[in-house]
Amino acid sequence: MRITELFQRGEFVLTAEVGPPKGVELDHLIKDAHEYLKTRVHALNVTDNQSSVMRTGSLATCKVLKDEGLLPIFQITCRDRNRIALQSDVLSAALLGIENLLLLTGDYTTLGDHPQAKPVFDLDSVSLIHAVKRLEEGFDIAGNAVDGAPPKFAKGAVVSPCSDSVDVQLAKMEAKVKAGCEYFQTQGVYEPEKFIKFMEQAKQFGVPVQLGLIIPKNVGMCRYMNANVAGVHVPDEMIKELQADKEKTKAGDTGVEICARLIKECKDYAQGVHIMSLGWENRIPEILDMAGIAPITPVV
Amino acid sequence: MLITQLKSKETIEALAQGKTVIINCHGCKEVYFAEHEADELQKDLSGVTQIITTDYICNPDNLKLQLQKHTDVINAADTILVFSCGVGVQTVAAQFESKKVYSCCDTYPLPGFQGVTPLNVDCGQCGECYLNGTGGICPITACSKSLLNGQCGGAKEGMCEVDKEMECGWERIYRKLEKLNKLDNMKYEAPKVRNYHNPNAEEPTI
Repeated sequence: MRITELFQRGEFVLTAEVGPPKGVELDHLIKDAHEYLKTRVHALNVTDNQSSVMRTGSLATCKVLKDEGLLPIFQITCRDRNRIALQSDVLSAALLGIENLLLLTGDYTTLGDHPQAKPVFDLDSVSLIHAVKRLEEGFDIAGNAVDGAPPKFAKGAVVSPCSDSVDVQLAKMEAKVKAGCEYFQTQGVYEPEKFIKFMEQAKQFGVPVQLGLIIPKNVGMCRYMNANVAGVHVPDEMIKELQADKEKTKAGDTGVEICARLIKECKDYAQGVHIMSLGWENRIPEILDMAGIAPITPVV
Repeated sequence: MLITQLKSKETIEALAQGKTVIINCHGCKEVYFAEHEADELQKDLSGVTQIITTDYICNPDNLKLQLQKHTDVINAADTILVFSCGVGVQTVAAQFESKKVYSCCDTYPLPGFQGVTPLNVDCGQCGECYLNGTGGICPITACSKSLLNGQCGGAKEGMCEVDKEMECGWERIYRKLEKLNKLDNMKYEAPKVRNYHNPNAEEPTI
């Protein structure tokens, strides 16, 4: 199923991110997905060599999850593939019955574990969205006809509501919508007031937006994100909150509470929530319970 | 070696809006410049208040010196048209922050020795000059990822995720277009996709 259908039905769409391992042992990922995510989120984003670190591929992992009865979202970045490979993988996804895409420019190669690699960036997030739309219209980006019935996807992208240059982000968001983007997931939000202000401007585009959350695990992680991760800012009060009860934070309970609170505060302004748990998939049910979000009936 | 090829007459005519100052750069021996064709074309342009032919405009100090005696006419101008390689256009655009500075040439590489310019990294010699839509800041060289459709979202406090000493090129472009009241430039009809088959000095397609 395409998750755009869920948005159209007016559902509050819940997604979570899972990262394939560096290696082909997916047992742990699959077990966690069944145990903690299947009845709590509608779909699972599968990252594409996240942070430019080489891992098992997103498309293959999507197929494994689909075969497990879960609904995958194929994340595609422009870092490692040129326009030929990107379009080919999009068609491959259609062939495998993967109907949900999240289309990204991608982190630069030097941020990951193969800093010597050639960065590609032949297309970018906007032109990749355009390329997928063209495939849906029956043509590749060079204008050649595609044989048979064209594929149909839910085309998603990302945006950073708490960016220090939110006007530039809104301009890019508009370009993505114009190119054919049908839903957005946001970068991690820790400042509800910024998110709400952003949504007031973003609603003009008429495209659903899922609030992005990164579970704050500890103070070090927050400081690291503040220094290094674009579009993410953990305010001082929140860092103090994590410092206040060290045992509670260590147990992960403070991070869970913060996420639940952020959902409650932003819920009325968003059309869903996307949780990036970075290995803490087991805490997602608690976050959703605490935020008053009931389990879902799985869709495939 | 570089070749600067004139954009089409229609393109250049459309760029010459209001009082127009033309700057020709005949500096480098290593750059082929279509001097005669440029002269002919410039004769037919309307609204031209001054044609300045000089050299090495890629050097900001030299440019400032060369243009000193034309300060009044430049200040009064609405548009500056630059006939030079991509480096020259960007140097002029940086010097006249609030003016509309347009490139009238596309720059292609030729194998072998490249021109000696102090800022030669600023022109990617892509053969399809984007400077006219980006406020005179080159997305190919000012953006680490050479993106054509806006910032990647990796910038932190305006600095690039790849090189923290470098400003985000697309944020610079956005701010410049904002200043020029030209933000609509970013609303493309279709997303831009680079033509890697294009930098071909024998058969330029533009």
